[in-house]
Amino acid sequence: MRIKWLAPFALLAILAACESTPDESAATNGQTNESATDGSSGDGVSESTVVPGSQEDLAQNVGDRVYFDFDSSVLSPEARQTLEGQAEWLKKYADVRFSVEGHCDERGTREYNLALGERRAAAAKNYLVALGIDGSRLDTISYGKERPYALGHDDSAWSQNRRAVSMVQ
Amino acid sequence: MISSFSRPIPSLDRVRHVARAAAVIGALALIGILNGVGAARAELQIEITRGVVEPIPIAITDFYSPSADASEIGRRIASVISKDLERSGLFRPIDQRAFIQRPADMLDQPRFQDWRQINAQALVTGQVQIESGGRLSVEFRLWDVYASQHLVGLRLGSAENAWRRIAHKVADAIYQRLTGEGGYFDTRIVYVSESGPASARKKRLAIMDQDGENFRFLTDGRALVLTPRFSPTTQEITYLSYEGDQPRVYLRNIDTGRQEILGNFPGMTFAPRFSPDGNKVALTYAKNGNSDIFSMDLRTRRVQQLTRDPSIDTSPTYSPDGSRIAFESDRGGSQQIYVMGSDGSGVTRVSFGKGRYGTPVWSPRGDLIAFTKISQGEFYIGVIKPDGSDERLIAQGYLVEGPTWAPNGRVLMFFRQASRNPDSAELVSIDITGQNERVLVTSTAASDPAWSPLIP
Repeated sequence: MRIKWLAPFALLAILAACESTPDESAATNGQTNESATDGSSGDGVSESTVVPGSQEDLAQNVGDRVYFDFDSSVLSPEARQTLEGQAEWLKKYADVRFSVEGHCDERGTREYNLALGERRAAAAKNYLVALGIDGSRLDTISYGKERPYALGHDDSAWSQNRRAVSMVQ
Repeated sequence: MISSFSRPIPSLDRVRHVARAAAVIGALALIGILNGVGAARAELQIEITRGVVEPIPIAITDFYSPSADASEIGRRIASVISKDLERSGLFRPIDQRAFIQRPADMLDQPRFQDWRQINAQALVTGQVQIESGGRLSVEFRLWDVYASQHLVGLRLGSAENAWRRIAHKVADAIYQRLTGEGGYFDTRIVYVSESGPASARKKRLAIMDQDGENFRFLTDGRALVLTPRFSPTTQEITYLSYEGDQPRVYLRNIDTGRQEILGNFPGMTFAPRFSPDGNKVALTYAKNGNSDIFSMDLRTRRVQQLTRDPSIDTSPTYSPDGSRIAFESDRGGSQQIYVMGSDGSGVTRVSFGKGRYGTPVWSPRGDLIAFTKISQGEFYIGVIKPDGSDERLIAQGYLVEGPTWAPNGRVLMFFRQASRNPDSAELVSIDITGQNERVLVTSTAASDPAWSPLIP
């Protein structure tokens, strides 16, 4: 199948990805994921088992990741909204630190994607700082295209992989 | 045995004993070069700048010894030479079963009519002996069958277990004599061996000879490692490792395994590449989302910032004279290749085709820059002149990336993921003409190849 970078199609895919919460997308992915399956109770996770201030809490109740357009590090309105929620959450849990991980889809070259992932992580971090979070609580790391979340090879998977994920330290 | 080996050979008076002192440093010693007769360049010559070359038929005889042990080594040496030359696409080794004259009968001079009869244009003969102390002594000769001439010869000595390197050096000498280009068979490849699920891919540095032999892992896979690059002058590599979740450029000695973080950058460093003299590494340092190119002198440890631009600037690669650096940047709105002075001056864009251009790698000959191109969702490997003219695409795939040059600048290696399955990633070599594409067999999926210089 030939892949074409049809902007409207890609945009739809991004919107679709943004509409689903991360834990939903993890469930539909049917794959293990470090952030979504961190909980100790392997099955039937209910909100009452979520430890406040944990990665699971962040992912389920705020959203631990934001998504980007192709070859872009611009924060969408949805991404800003998620980060505003993260800022509030960080103010509530004042001893929590984030490592913000920047990621890319697989359709770029390796080193460019390392730089682009760094840009995405910095975009998320800088917005959190602008919202009043002390920058010393926020590290960034880029994984480029090395750690995809969705394992597919289509627009839907790539839109889920162009992301910045806030990892509770 | 020794008497027959050391018997005078017609052209032995032409032996030039060169560089003996310098050559005995390593495990492998070049003892002498046996030059051909005075007719300098005989007519047997391969022109490799043309696109399609009809490989020349070459007869490679087992290297002779009256002793059984040495004969076995002689047989293996001939086999390695034959495979090296065949893989180059420029030679067609003739099946030994067609040979009329036997190696034992050729100690003085081949019967050229026997070799013309099987259409051999070139003939390789050799002798091997195991000296007291277990050292190997090998002599080889290359003959032009139709001109009935001796073209070149070598005497090599090594430890017995280094017979493969002797074979590669002989293949290099044959390639060089018949093409006029430097050989590339006595080289190694460092690459990234991949296994496991894509979301938690295990990547290990591995090394092997250019023909896939002598494989071993360099790292254990606990830390993610990417983009190894060879020093052009030493058996060192530089690469990116996520050791301790800190992505940093490392320097590593292949033989001792000693490694160190390069520089004191308080953030991610990546995309390293050595300068041609091996004394500097150019790399990318990312700070607050912005990636710029720096160089570091490995002796003084002095760091110099070469680009200052809010865009992505990465993947630096030096020209072979060290005066210029090609790199990729999105400063013009999309990922493209630029060239600047090695002090950061005079940035000019060189890629103007349709699509995005990255991973520039300057040829050791200086005449071309290899790159990865992405256009309409397809990946390509191509070459372009440093002034941006004469772009040629030579390979294509779902994912092809990361070209690296053979030391003679005539052959490229890259990795290709032919399908969407990352386990299909493999190393591929190809002539810069786009001909003679060959897959290197590896035990796992493989990416990010780095071709070594000729081993000293």
